[in-house]
Amino acid sequence: MSKNTVNIIIDGVEIEAQEGQTILQAADDAGVYIPRLCYLKGLIPGGHCRVCTVKVNGRPASSCTFPVSEGLVIENDTEELTTLRRTVVEMLFAEGNHVCPACEASGNCELQAMAYRLGMLAVTLPFLRKPRELDATHPDVFIDRDRCILCGRCARASEAEGKRVFGFEGRGINKRIAVDGEHGLKETDLKAADRAARACPTGCLRLKRIGWKVPVGQRQYDTTPIGSDIEQKQPVG
Amino acid sequence: MAKTAKNGKRKIVINPVTRVEGHGKVTIVMDENNNVEQARFHIIEFRGFERFVQGRFYWEAPVMVQRLCGICPVSHHLAGAKATDMIVGVDKIPVTAEKMRRLMHYGQTYQSHALHFFHLASPDLLFGFDAPVEKRNVIGVIEAHPEVAKKAVLMRKFGQEVIKATGGKKVHPTGAIPGGINKNLSLEERDALKKDADTMVEWAVEALELCKKITKGNLEFLLNFGSFESNHVSIVREDGCMDLYDGKLRAIDAQGKKIFDMIEPLEYADYLGEEVRPWSYMKFPHIRSLGKEKGWYRVGPLSRVNCCDFIDTELAEKARQEFMALTNGKPVHASMAYHWARVIELLHAAEKIRELLDDPDLQGTELVAQGTKREKGVAWIEAPRGTLFHHYEINTETDQITLANLIVSTTSNNEPMNRAVQVIADQHLKGKGESEITEGLLNHIEVGIRAYDPCLSCATHALGKMRLHVELVDAAGHLLDEKFRG
Repeated sequence: MSKNTVNIIIDGVEIEAQEGQTILQAADDAGVYIPRLCYLKGLIPGGHCRVCTVKVNGRPASSCTFPVSEGLVIENDTEELTTLRRTVVEMLFAEGNHVCPACEASGNCELQAMAYRLGMLAVTLPFLRKPRELDATHPDVFIDRDRCILCGRCARASEAEGKRVFGFEGRGINKRIAVDGEHGLKETDLKAADRAARACPTGCLRLKRIGWKVPVGQRQYDTTPIGSDIEQKQPVG
Repeated sequence: MAKTAKNGKRKIVINPVTRVEGHGKVTIVMDENNNVEQARFHIIEFRGFERFVQGRFYWEAPVMVQRLCGICPVSHHLAGAKATDMIVGVDKIPVTAEKMRRLMHYGQTYQSHALHFFHLASPDLLFGFDAPVEKRNVIGVIEAHPEVAKKAVLMRKFGQEVIKATGGKKVHPTGAIPGGINKNLSLEERDALKKDADTMVEWAVEALELCKKITKGNLEFLLNFGSFESNHVSIVREDGCMDLYDGKLRAIDAQGKKIFDMIEPLEYADYLGEEVRPWSYMKFPHIRSLGKEKGWYRVGPLSRVNCCDFIDTELAEKARQEFMALTNGKPVHASMAYHWARVIELLHAAEKIRELLDDPDLQGTELVAQGTKREKGVAWIEAPRGTLFHHYEINTETDQITLANLIVSTTSNNEPMNRAVQVIADQHLKGKGESEITEGLLNHIEVGIRAYDPCLSCATHALGKMRLHVELVDAAGHLLDEKFRG
């Protein structure tokens, strides 16, 4: 063991992690997939969605924000945690207005892919069916808040780019993604090329006029489940 | 169910009408002398697509609006795509895109017509309208004619495999996009379809022979059954050839004389009007120049065969000529002739699929054309059940749809179906007492409606303030209460 590494145990398997990494980052490097939605590589972790919840020494914690330390014992791929994650995903479906059959993100959507991976067959919770706003004012980008899961990836990506186009407003059930412009996205300095415009895990924040250009059958999660890229990785070291 | 009101009138209700796509009911009011006073086919579904597509983006229309239907969504998908071609400023899509879309459409026509002929209509035709209800259904067909039933399933499967290969999915495809298509046909996909293409033509010929045998065996009855004269509307190619995917609009009168011809999609509203009536969720389209009363018309297989000058595939053209000989080349008006016309088209679709699969253009790589955005897009297509119109207008700054108007085939056939019900009720119920109204007799009415292969979910796509008539009837059929809204 070098000076800067620590050993942690995930589901009984010892892996080596770099000091300063989060559990999720260390697991990624070792080819162990921990489900997540609000985490996006390269951005500061948000800890919003709780899909990446693991048990650390017996206590639940979000793996995207929990730093590694020597000897941590982590549970990840267990029935209990899968059930918990599936329930979280189901709550996201019940809270928003997600209509996969008519959504252009279908097949490329992380929320949908996560539901499949976690074995969510149907939404059993009552749908809230709250009306949400569509912002079509920007020439190249739209926000369909029906499909927002409040992951904040757009906000963090925009901040990292020094623009702060997006932010949260409201509390609790009234929380929504807001933009830095009184009359919508067209008044912000968002550009289609910005990472923020491409950071959304669902069909909420999307480039216009793309639609179904990529055929069904050739979309990201059409043939392999979400997380396969990480699981196929060779462990580091 | 029959019930007698205080004034001596009797009302007969058939609810639900079975073996049609969707939910509808029929009411027949008979006067004290047992003459049919009024007969109506009510569509009791409610959809509302024209309204809720407003505010959505134009490129979503082809995928979103096809959810109107699970039977011929491809028609809505392609009509929507064609309308959005116009919106993105493309007047001619690349040849590969057009042929891929055509292949998808013929696959759709093939599976839909096979479904209707074998699963919905054949029980009546094979067993007779009066046959016991336990036998007169698709299970009865499977038991009595297992080979026919098996082929019917495989024909549908083939059509759906064509849709999947061209549109990505078997039921609700997403292949057609504004300006073109999102994939070509791989050699692997082509070869998988090609190996069955000849068989599908053969089976379509068998279906035609079966239909002809049944029809000719009872020709006089079937040609009179629910028959009435009407105008007919369909798309035809510029040279008058049958074209299910694209062309100009033609209307003919009962004698076959052209009312209008070679109309462009953008002109549709100048020639066709739509009327709303209080007792149905459907609209009533009509030919403007003839007015609301006389301007109603029929669409669908019968109208297409009546309207076109010829068919450009060999076997189907031969079948068309034999069919038109029935009336010496004049339009055929019998409701039951829809079945024969439908299997002619089934054969045409199979021949077209076989022809297209040999076309190397399907492996082309130029898939999408581009143009300058426009505010309005109108397109039509010959859906299995008849001419389908899609009309969208958009805000060119935000790309959102501001208006959508759809005229769906079953909507056009609305008045004709009411006429058919009226004629059949007249033919078979007139002067007969309540005790003689048998299941078989009432099924005659349903048989007449079924000939039009109505798709009720498609037909009730509009949204507006509807009047509603609710009846409360006890188990014995007595009218306890009724309320009107609107």
